[in-house]
Amino acid sequence: MTVAVVQFGGSNCDRDTARALAHLGIDAELAWHEDGLPEDTTGVVLPGGFSYGDYLRAGAMAARSPIMDEVREAADSGTPVLGICNGAQIGCESSLTPGAFTTNESARFQCERVHLRVENADTPWTDHFDEGEVVEFPIAHGEGRYEIGDERLDELEADDRVLFRYCDAGGNATPEANPNGSKHSVAGVLGDRDSVAVLMPHPERVSLPDIGHTDGQGVLRAFGE
Amino acid sequence: MTPYTATVEVRLKHGVLDPEAETTGRALERLGFELEDLRAADLFEVDLDAESADAAAERAGEMAERLLANPTIHDYEVTVEER
Repeated sequence: MTVAVVQFGGSNCDRDTARALAHLGIDAELAWHEDGLPEDTTGVVLPGGFSYGDYLRAGAMAARSPIMDEVREAADSGTPVLGICNGAQIGCESSLTPGAFTTNESARFQCERVHLRVENADTPWTDHFDEGEVVEFPIAHGEGRYEIGDERLDELEADDRVLFRYCDAGGNATPEANPNGSKHSVAGVLGDRDSVAVLMPHPERVSLPDIGHTDGQGVLRAFGE
Repeated sequence: MTPYTATVEVRLKHGVLDPEAETTGRALERLGFELEDLRAADLFEVDLDAESADAAAERAGEMAERLLANPTIHDYEVTVEER
């Protein structure tokens, strides 16, 4: 019974994530990608960072590493899989989730707090929130602009697979509240199953009471259910 | 087997915003150049041996599909020359 936090060369939010999970009483273990997933894996986090130096495209190399076959198998069998930031880029690059995260509209690395609106509260990642609830998470990325074909985005929205949208403090998804130019302000999406999700903002950085807000706990608690 | 160089050009699909290209274009304007637009693309030259130019192009196309391009945001073009 352990959540595997997969470490690639260049991951740097792996320990933060394990610590946030431990704080919630969830057993978590760092799993070096070359060693594969532990046998008793009950959940997988693809953590933030700069795997393989963002060579080619952020997440492109890690998405094609052998451990991702194991992650895909786990996801297909219903094991919860969460990609955060670079993990979200890896998730999309490996087709675990639809779309792509690419260069911010500003062409700059952005490190700031943002508001997110919970779009679908009927998933393991969001059932601690209410639909329409506004939470505050930090972002830290240069390539977080969500891109996807118009038709596929329509399908995603129709299927309720958008998890979070960037918004202002009042919950309005305005262009001004969209930090990176993401299409339709999308900050996080579900894969084919509700148990697979990716998001660019960092729930693990708002999960320890000692460092402030704890809005992120709601996302990570999915692994404790 | 014949030695070929396959050139894979990867560019953003039409309509996908390219903030880096826009920034580069603006920098050129600051240097005093006049321009209407600027598009950027990645170019990969892959040296490989294959039975035919078609086989080389096919293999390079698969490389683009599986890694060099991201089909969600990119189009790509493969050209092959004998090396």
